[in-house]
Amino acid sequence: MYETSYSRAKDAADAAKQMKAADDGAYLSGGMTLLPTMKQRLAAPSDLIDLTHIKDMDAINVTRKDVTIGAAATHGSVATHAKLMKVCPSLCALASHIGDPHVRNRGTIGGSIANNDPAADYPSAMLALDATIVTNKRKVKADRFFTGMFETSLKEGEFVKAVTFTAPKRGAYAKFPNPASRYAMAGVYVADHGKGAVRVGVTGASQGGVYRAKDMEKALANDFSADAIADCKVDTDDMLEDIHATAPYRANLVKVMAKKAVNKAAE
Amino acid sequence: MGLEGIGARVLRKEDKRFLTGAGRYTDDHKVAGMHYAAFVRSPHAHAKIKKINIKAASAMPGVAGIFNGKELTGDGIGNIICGWMVHSKDGSPMNMGAWSALATEYVRYVGDAVAIVIAETLEQARAAAEAVDVDYKVLKAVVSVSDAIGDKAPQIHPEAKNNIIYDWEIGDEAATDAAFANAANIVEMDVRNNRLAPNPMEPRSALAQYDAAEDHFTLHTTSQNPHVARLVLSAFYQVAPENKLRVIAPDVGGGFGAKIFIYPEEIVCLWAAKKARVAAVKWTADRSEAFVTDAHGRDHVSTAKMAFDANNRITGFKVDTLANLGAYMSLFSSSVPTYLYATLLSGQYNIPNIHANVRAIYTNTVPVDAYRGAGRPEASYLIERMLTASARQLGVDPAELRRTNFVQEFPHQTPVIMCYDAGDFGVSLDAAMAASDYANFEKRRKKSEKNGMLRGIGMSCYIEACGIAPSAAVGSLGAGVGLWESAEVRVNPVGTVEVLTGSHSHGQGHETTFAQLITDRFGLPKENIQIVHGDTDKVQFGMGTYGSRSGAVGMSAIEKALDKVETKAKKIAAHMLEASEGDIEIKDGEVMVKGTDKKLLWHEICLGAYTAHNLPEGMEPGLKEGAFYDPANFTFPAGCYICEVEVDPQTGTTKIEQFVAADDFGKIINPMIVEGQVHGGLTQGIGQAMMENAVYDDDGQLLSASYMDYCMPRADDVPSFQVSATETLSPSNPLGIKGCGEAGAIGAPPAVINAITDAIGHENLTMPASPQNVWTALNMAEAAE
Ligand SMILES: Cc1cc2nc3c(=O)[nH]c(=O)nc-3n(C[C@H](O)[C@H](O)[C@H](O)COP(=O)(O)OP(=O)(O)OC[C@H]3O[C@@H](n4cnc5c(N)ncnc54)[C@H](O)[C@@H]3O)c2cc1C
Repeated sequence: MYETSYSRAKDAADAAKQMKAADDGAYLSGGMTLLPTMKQRLAAPSDLIDLTHIKDMDAINVTRKDVTIGAAATHGSVATHAKLMKVCPSLCALASHIGDPHVRNRGTIGGSIANNDPAADYPSAMLALDATIVTNKRKVKADRFFTGMFETSLKEGEFVKAVTFTAPKRGAYAKFPNPASRYAMAGVYVADHGKGAVRVGVTGASQGGVYRAKDMEKALANDFSADAIADCKVDTDDMLEDIHATAPYRANLVKVMAKKAVNKAAE
Repeated sequence: MGLEGIGARVLRKEDKRFLTGAGRYTDDHKVAGMHYAAFVRSPHAHAKIKKINIKAASAMPGVAGIFNGKELTGDGIGNIICGWMVHSKDGSPMNMGAWSALATEYVRYVGDAVAIVIAETLEQARAAAEAVDVDYKVLKAVVSVSDAIGDKAPQIHPEAKNNIIYDWEIGDEAATDAAFANAANIVEMDVRNNRLAPNPMEPRSALAQYDAAEDHFTLHTTSQNPHVARLVLSAFYQVAPENKLRVIAPDVGGGFGAKIFIYPEEIVCLWAAKKARVAAVKWTADRSEAFVTDAHGRDHVSTAKMAFDANNRITGFKVDTLANLGAYMSLFSSSVPTYLYATLLSGQYNIPNIHANVRAIYTNTVPVDAYRGAGRPEASYLIERMLTASARQLGVDPAELRRTNFVQEFPHQTPVIMCYDAGDFGVSLDAAMAASDYANFEKRRKKSEKNGMLRGIGMSCYIEACGIAPSAAVGSLGAGVGLWESAEVRVNPVGTVEVLTGSHSHGQGHETTFAQLITDRFGLPKENIQIVHGDTDKVQFGMGTYGSRSGAVGMSAIEKALDKVETKAKKIAAHMLEASEGDIEIKDGEVMVKGTDKKLLWHEICLGAYTAHNLPEGMEPGLKEGAFYDPANFTFPAGCYICEVEVDPQTGTTKIEQFVAADDFGKIINPMIVEGQVHGGLTQGIGQAMMENAVYDDDGQLLSASYMDYCMPRADDVPSFQVSATETLSPSNPLGIKGCGEAGAIGAPPAVINAITDAIGHENLTMPASPQNVWTALNMAEAAE
């Protein structure tokens, strides 16, 4: 690791101020992505500005079906939050399968969506849940937040404060883990918001990063069953290819996971 | 056996320190004035070094020295050797290219060391290493054996035309061809044995100390065989004469073969410590470095065919193998795909005619050498897949085809050197079939089918050769060393015992098992026994631990030394008790005259040996004996593994429903430790079969260079193993031990793959059977229909 300075932001304004003052600063949350990258000398920020000690940054609030999750909420706290479990158990289940206990006790939802790893789990949920990303500057819909692999619409110095969404009528996430890293090789989040509004978020699979499977959404709007998506096509040309999965195999996994998620949600 | 003697499940003494973080590994050792090393490594798989500019790096804070390959060879440090000479079938010696510990003119794989940087802190060393500017002319690289032997392939070493190191054969080709000409049935198969990265939990490390006053070196290192390291470092690399070099392998966190070899880093750290005039240099690999510098394992491509007569008896077996040895010949690399592989191609079967041709090939990849099993997994994978595929083709049950061909009488001379001395293969097969409820498999298959799942069952009847090895025998085959072992048993005046052994424990539990021999012999509690290993200043000499040899060879040496100690102790006791030597019995810490109440305590005899006030006429004082043991033959552990799987055809995911192991390891000293070895070996075998794969791209970049892409098996990837033991004693050593360290890794892969091919209904599946590969195999079959 290269030398770096570390400091804790007192509040949102302080964080932005520190970032502005830094030569080449980076926000730090759980550090589960950033620190390994720094240890491998692939990233060398001059300053690390820790967001996780800002007041209420890790709070999770559930009022009837309205959910707000602070950016610094760890995967572990999302996985086990009692009220959230009642209104949106599928998100708790998703969080409970990220990484291992160490990762879940450090890694945060804010860090995960800001990083927008094409194999990360949360981004698919944000799309399917039609979430709003609250930053220190504005509110932005998930549909406009994720702009490509490792890319978001966050501007310089901007950071995620929280995510908000209304819990769906029913939903489920099905993940096929990469055998080595256990990140998603294909992960599909299906959310039925009622009145024919179904959203399907797909992660791990596409060269464009997380995306919505709109044809599946349409099919499920009419008939919320695994059979309904049997004829939906997953475009092979669009799929990622690596040593673990060819494009046709990934396309197949997207379909199989989508069916699995629908079945789970319909249970 | 007693509570702590031979056959007892004694808990591991060493685990207290390992499990409480109190183990002391090489990297835990620190000395005053210690500096740190970082290596400048090639980012290219094949390139010519045009220029190395160290100006900026030298000026960086803390830097004490930066040295390159020309300086190394200029100081007379020798090239890295290969310790086993293999001749091609035309009689010519192997075509070995030079390997300098730091590259001089060319780099030949990604990770090849180009320079060492020594600095006061690790961060300084790494920063300066990054600042070393190496100007390369990038050359075309080749990574696969089939490409490497082509005429258009880049030439990696001038010595090896078409990158062929040797073209070797074993067995009678004419007789084998004749068997095929007369065969009733012939079964053919192409088999790939995937390349593996060894991944011991502790990465390699070296702490090289130079004492200028004494002109003496001390090396702490992660070695499975510190004496061999010292011998090679002094005799071949000219780092220092043996009497000026002490090598210590302290606690070592796993080796699996990868820590047998003497690597560039150890050589360079020793040399550079003196050259930079620093007290000591420490280097510890990080995980990324380990992936591209620890010798890899396996990587064979073979075609094979088997001939059968009308009664399904095997009449011939013919094999052609290309073995990837990587960019340089590592210490025992030449022996792995020849004498450790092709000599076991007879399996458990009576095969009258075998011929194998092996070509060893240079590629622009990490050197390949012994890895848990070393050659024997490649052999058993080939034979056991062949047997199962043949059974399917011939329309007989795989168990019956094996039984028809089992070797039944011992000794049995195979056509490929090995002479099996003992075994009972049918007993292991019966035990495994009973434990797996093989008879009712079809019922379980139907049940899976109802749930849309594919179920399969597969077996493997492996045999391997351990306890390497009779020195004269391996010498005649080209080995540069003898493969005996030594032991010294020191009984202290108060009756406690130190055993100095040339075996080396890097996780195997020798401190416990070896002590059981002493407990069994004299009835001493394990707390009174110390096993000393891993230090060339303490232990006389030793060949180290690999090839499952510490039991069969290392413990046999201890037994021999114990015989001598017992004889002397009895002589002293007979003298002190005024009885005849033949009537003395040593038991439970007491020395008594049989049939009388005359006795002394063990420590009274020991004290007597050292006070020497009342010893028999002419006897030397003291109670300390040494022995060297050279085995009479290899040992032949064998057994039967049965694996049952369920495959999800939608995703290609395979779940192991049950895994049964019935092993014959000969005499077992500590069943708990043996079971642990089997569990570990099976997990590694399952890892190879379903998960692990070291993959290079065409430019020679290792794609699976971290745990993000290299899939290590985890606890939830393996089932709860059903392990059992049958016993035929090895006649070649005093304890009857055969060895258990590698069996799991040798026998498991074919059992797993035979189960999966049973489930998917055809043989067209390569290792590892990852979800993608299984799904592809299923869909290929569908597309073909
Ligand atoms: C072994 C392991 C296994 C894992 N497995 C999975 C898995 O299965 N699925 C999965 O989804 N993830 C997985 N992860 C990643 C994990 O979920 C991380 O938590 C996540 O990628 C990043 O979150 P973090 O809080 O650690 O962010 P950090 O590492 O602190 O930061 C990541 C990036 O986001 C930026 N950042 C951090 N917080 C904010 C913010 N509030 N606003 C704007 N930018 C910010 C940082 O500057 C940095 O660029 C795994 C990680 C590890 C180490």
